[in-house]
Amino acid sequence: MLGVSIVVFCMVRAIPGDPAQIMLGQTATEAQVAEVRNRLGLDEPLPVQYLVFLKGAVRGDLGDSIVTGRPVVNELLVRLPATLELTGFAMIIAILVGVPVGVISAVRQYSVLDKVASTTALTGISMPIFWLAMILIVIFGVNLELLPFPGRLGPTTAITSITGLVLVDSLLTLNFAGFWDGLLHLIMPAIALGTIPMAVIMRMTRSSMLEVMGEDYVRTARAKGVAPWRVVFKHSLRNAMLPTVTVIGLSAGLLMGGSIITETIFSWPGVGQIAYESVNRRDYAMIQGVVLYGAALFVFINLAVDVLYAVLDPRVRL
Amino acid sequence: MARTGEGNKISRGDFLRLSGAGLTGVTLLGLAGCGGGGTISGGGGSSGGSTLTFGRGADSVTLDPVNATDGESFRVTRQIFDTLLDFAPESFDLQPSLASEIPKPENGGRTYTLKLRPGIKFHDGTTLDAEAVKFNFDRWRDTKNEYHKGGGSQTSEFSYYSSQFGGFDDDSVIESVEVVDENTVRFNLKEPQGPFLRNLTMSPFAIASPKAIQKDVDGFWQNPVGSGPYTFVSWERNSQVRVEAFKDWWGSDLPASEGFGGPKMKTVIIRSIPENTARVAALTGNQLNMADGLVPDDVPTIEEQEGFKLDFRPPNTIGYLAMNNEKKPFDDPRVRQAFNYAIDVPKIVETVLRGTGEVASNYMPSLLPYFNKSVEPYPYDPQKAKQLLKQAGVSNLSTELWYMPIPRPYMPDAKSMAQVMQQDLKKVGVNAKLVTYEWGTYLEKTGEGAHPMCLLGWTGDNGDPDNFLNVLLNSATATPTDALNVAYYKNPEVDKLLVQGQTTVDENERKKVYFRAQEIMHEDAPWVPVAYVEPPIGLQQSVQGFAPNATSSEALNTVFISGGGK
Amino acid sequence: MAEASAQQDVIAAPAGVRTRSRWQDFVRTFFSNRLAVVGLVVLSLFILMAIFAPLIAPYDPLAQDLEGKFAGPSLEHPFGQDELGRDILSRVIYGARISLTAGLAAVALATVVGTIIGLLAGYFGGYTDSGLMRLMDVILAFPSILLAIIIVSVLGPSLANAMLAIGIVFIPQIARVVRSAVISVRERDYIEAERALGASNSQIIVSGILPNSMAPLIVQATLTLATAILDIAALSFLGLGAQAPTPEWGAMLTDAFKSGFGVFVEGQHALIFPGIAIALAVLSVNFVGDGLRDALDPRRRG
Repeated sequence: MLGVSIVVFCMVRAIPGDPAQIMLGQTATEAQVAEVRNRLGLDEPLPVQYLVFLKGAVRGDLGDSIVTGRPVVNELLVRLPATLELTGFAMIIAILVGVPVGVISAVRQYSVLDKVASTTALTGISMPIFWLAMILIVIFGVNLELLPFPGRLGPTTAITSITGLVLVDSLLTLNFAGFWDGLLHLIMPAIALGTIPMAVIMRMTRSSMLEVMGEDYVRTARAKGVAPWRVVFKHSLRNAMLPTVTVIGLSAGLLMGGSIITETIFSWPGVGQIAYESVNRRDYAMIQGVVLYGAALFVFINLAVDVLYAVLDPRVRL
Repeated sequence: MARTGEGNKISRGDFLRLSGAGLTGVTLLGLAGCGGGGTISGGGGSSGGSTLTFGRGADSVTLDPVNATDGESFRVTRQIFDTLLDFAPESFDLQPSLASEIPKPENGGRTYTLKLRPGIKFHDGTTLDAEAVKFNFDRWRDTKNEYHKGGGSQTSEFSYYSSQFGGFDDDSVIESVEVVDENTVRFNLKEPQGPFLRNLTMSPFAIASPKAIQKDVDGFWQNPVGSGPYTFVSWERNSQVRVEAFKDWWGSDLPASEGFGGPKMKTVIIRSIPENTARVAALTGNQLNMADGLVPDDVPTIEEQEGFKLDFRPPNTIGYLAMNNEKKPFDDPRVRQAFNYAIDVPKIVETVLRGTGEVASNYMPSLLPYFNKSVEPYPYDPQKAKQLLKQAGVSNLSTELWYMPIPRPYMPDAKSMAQVMQQDLKKVGVNAKLVTYEWGTYLEKTGEGAHPMCLLGWTGDNGDPDNFLNVLLNSATATPTDALNVAYYKNPEVDKLLVQGQTTVDENERKKVYFRAQEIMHEDAPWVPVAYVEPPIGLQQSVQGFAPNATSSEALNTVFISGGGK
Repeated sequence: MAEASAQQDVIAAPAGVRTRSRWQDFVRTFFSNRLAVVGLVVLSLFILMAIFAPLIAPYDPLAQDLEGKFAGPSLEHPFGQDELGRDILSRVIYGARISLTAGLAAVALATVVGTIIGLLAGYFGGYTDSGLMRLMDVILAFPSILLAIIIVSVLGPSLANAMLAIGIVFIPQIARVVRSAVISVRERDYIEAERALGASNSQIIVSGILPNSMAPLIVQATLTLATAILDIAALSFLGLGAQAPTPEWGAMLTDAFKSGFGVFVEGQHALIFPGIAIALAVLSVNFVGDGLRDALDPRRRG
């Protein structure tokens, strides 16, 4: 993590463009720019800046956003629920569709359904997310006027914030109209974001199911006359889930990359949107925060996957 | 490695090639949300009621007007604050505001005495009197004043004060502000300043509550207190600002024809939706009552939509192609003129701007006083262009054309414009490579004169020619590091005229000076002037009473939604 | 000299035998996979289209026709016209050149650098291995589109820099694949034999290890190509890749999308065709990649 922090810091500083200049705009004089640089500590030598940054980071303080002036950690926390809701919903769609279709494809290998599903999955991972998002907007948002966008809620909807998750808060406050509005806003971005993980999960479930079903013990079970659904669910699925779990864990990683693009297109006020904006605005502190935070989570997810793996597979010892 | 255990072969490599998406990122799982209290909301009531929802492309930066420079900050402060003088609706004619009449210059333009309307209240109940006006000006001018700070993290450090009034402390044109009596205040100027009264109309010089500033100067930028038609309620960063009607507004009973009356809405919500297409979709989906920051392509679309209409601001902008006069071959006026002939500006205005602007003939917008109508734009004449280039000994020219990465009011689609210009230039044998940078870098590099040619523009502040010509074309602003004169145009005669125009208050004298300056500029052709854009705004048919303002930051006190109920 | 050539023979013999039998095997398996063949055909068409773009394209991809802004598909313009009235079909055809070369260049960069790192790490092991792989881990620890965005921001937005950024982002994946392949062949008998004969490290790597690590490398590189094409388009979408007026597929989509709400009303075709081109190209590369993997990886056969 220390290595990551140094790399992040250096790269962020290497971005051309002076945040002070950007803040002050076209009319700024050199003296004003210098004053702002001084106030932000940008005129210190780089190693000093790094130490200041590191000292804060250890205490969970990633500095203040140059753009909004509020602590980076707060900014991230404010935006986190929106991203969580979107990625979570996308993931649920991906799993709910990906796993069953993957299992059925494997059980009915070479059937029409299998072929359609496999081709669809491959198509899914071959489509640019932003194109998919645009096409969804064109079809469902504009032509059919079925689904609202942009943002998380329509202008007439207000929801009391408890967790920051629209769907959860609206249910807690029994605001069903708000729930419905939030759900409708969520569908398009979640599909755009969830398609790739869905395809990946489907492919992995299928191939590991096939592999497991070829194993001796499954064949034995089948030969002994165990009911086919029992073979699938009891003997195969649990073992086949191991690699699927890994893929789900790692797919979670794909979602942040995707969320930068999806949130930008749908004006979704989450972390992905600010990640792109802060690069554009040279908000050093914010970029560092987003990237470090992302890197930390990546490590965390890998760890979680390993733990889950151990739980599912008794042969593996941590 | 648990995951690479035999039997179930999966490694990250497998995963990545399966996923096909390779751009592995990290999700934002873990850490429960903590939005704190408050509400998450999409906006407010939308139609036929007491709430107006206004959509725009970016959030405000600060709500302390004097420390702001961006239009989206002024969009909000305009609702909360008032200025001493103002412009009449849809023009650049001065009219009284907090001051009850337009003062005459005294003492050769060195003194102005302003009468304030009596009994004006700030939102916090204190009185806006001569003391309050003096307090504000002292805060702005005097760097040792204990309140000469604030504005939040992105404060401009009172930059508008120094740019409009010559600087701080001893550099300031305003030497002192005197309280004559409770409702009379006197400005003593170091020297006459032509645009002085026009400066007082500018949004940054709005009068703030001294009590609120004394109480918490550092927090004032996110908790503004003024005397305007709406009071500040809340600001959800990157999402929306909410203001509510101020019942005791002093302007309520004044005539609507002068832009007074109201406020007619109970609540106004100003919502940021950065993605332009999404914002227009929100308007046509009736999620917004008004949508600002339209691109030209939206104009025909909204016109055709049932139930929506458009309004245009009077042209107070100029978009131009600046040629770097210090770089070869643009040091030769013939080459610069050739480019003026080579680019089919009327076609650009018609097709790229879709008629949302006027073809520019001069170096400042036609709305401004002292605009020289006798100057004609260069006609489109590629033959003449080729001829001039030949005379100048330029052939097979390869150069760069820089364009802005983002839409600005003065040039809503620089990218398309640059592409059309590129094709026009190709026809006269000039090969221009298109170049762009991220916006901050773009300003920085053009400010350093790194470009051969660049697209840029300017939106006027105070309706005075000084605000365009002196800012953009005086050799003093052609600095090596932060030039506003990005053409690096340096003509001593023009410089002299511009200083003359700035320091005289005599109308006829100023007219003569600026007319002459415009003629010389036309001849020298440091730019290809493109258009005086009239920034459009989209509205629901039911939205009434909106008065487009040349500054593009309109006070919304007169706006109401007709037809209620539905 | 004599000694050297003797060595060559010793090494060449087993490698040669392997390659031949594998090759036939490979061809048979690959061409029995219908999707892989379809992918190969489509990809070849794209490549031909890219090479002969000036001959095929009906119009100059940069020629504007401002009156024909967002004109829908017609006989003259089968794919319609874009926001500046340019012929979308011609731009899609020229776009094949740009998108495919950009993808290939990025993959070439990742493959060359990744292979070198993977070979060194896998062959030498120990500190070299852990040092290099730690470095790879640092790269992998970034959300990689963000890493690509930051790299492009540092270097300035352009197609070349987007290729470079995507190339860098993919280095670790290639390096890991090569490394594990190297580790699996490092201790084989014929490598030991070379070593015993006194071959230098570089000789062993180049003539002994590299050829035997090729199979997984080719598969990985092909599948990376699919991703690279997508990611370069994504960077162009964010304004960090190809710059106007380059007819790059991703940039074409962005420009149409950002041109205003009018695109939804009159220009939907401008959002459809370039996207189909991307999806089709990537899909065909994926088909070929899958086919290659099945054909080259003995574990997956049958």
